Amino acid sequence: MRIEHTHVNRVFHALGDPTRRSIVERLSAGPVSVSSLAKPLAITLAAVVQHVQVLEKSGLVRTAKVGRVRTCRMEPKGLSVLERWIAERRSLWERRLDRLGDVLNE
Amino acid sequence: MSKEPVMHSTFVIERHYPKTPQQVFAAFSDPARKRRWFAEGENFEIEEFRMDFRVGGSEYARFRGKNGMTFVNNTVYQDIVEDRRVVIAYTMGAGEQRISASLATFEFRAAAQGTDLVFTEQAAFFEGADGPKMRQEGWTQLLNRLGERLSG
Repeated sequence: MRIEHTHVNRVFHALGDPTRRSIVERLSAGPVSVSSLAKPLAITLAAVVQHVQVLEKSGLVRTAKVGRVRTCRMEPKGLSVLERWIAERRSLWERRLDRLGDVLNE
Repeated sequence: MSKEPVMHSTFVIERHYPKTPQQVFAAFSDPARKRRWFAEGENFEIEEFRMDFRVGGSEYARFRGKNGMTFVNNTVYQDIVEDRRVVIAYTMGAGEQRISASLATFEFRAAAQGTDLVFTEQAAFFEGADGPKMRQEGWTQLLNRLGERLSG
């Protein structure tokens, strides 16, 4: 498996939580500071930080600290891992069927 | 919200082989030959491969990747028509988790100078640990929306 399943698994896990999905939807409209994420979600800053860490670990978001403000932004390549993983399944079968041709030609 | 629980994918792959349908079918029914093209050739160590080629029979393959992770294919033969068709239902697991379930159809069609093989897979991909939560909301739609916004 060229694409690490643990990587795909982290994306699934990150998106499996409705609060994290809300964060991701918000970030897709543009970068937001971590503290600003908390207000509309009505959860503590500590909870937001934890969610953001999970999202960062999955590769879906990136954070950067400028001065005292930590800002989150979407990592566009993060979602493509799922698309590539599915494409990888197709190419796995393509390789198998190519090898079938080799076996038949022996 | 829609109850779309998993990610689905359907694809078709076609190949032409300069052999008769009987010869192509034999590469499916003979375990030694099946193993050669199905299990070998990827960068995995084959820990186990066994098959019972009959309707209702099962096939089992276990691989170990370079990072030590184990992948398991569990297959049950759904339909076999000699020299014409093989239909399987199989699941894939990575480590302790099932990651997908698929219906796969192999059709062998006699063609000029050989056989056309049409392979159709319909797959359902699952989430990881957060199973029930993922099933509650249409996350596939979320991904599509995000994909559109990010590429726009």
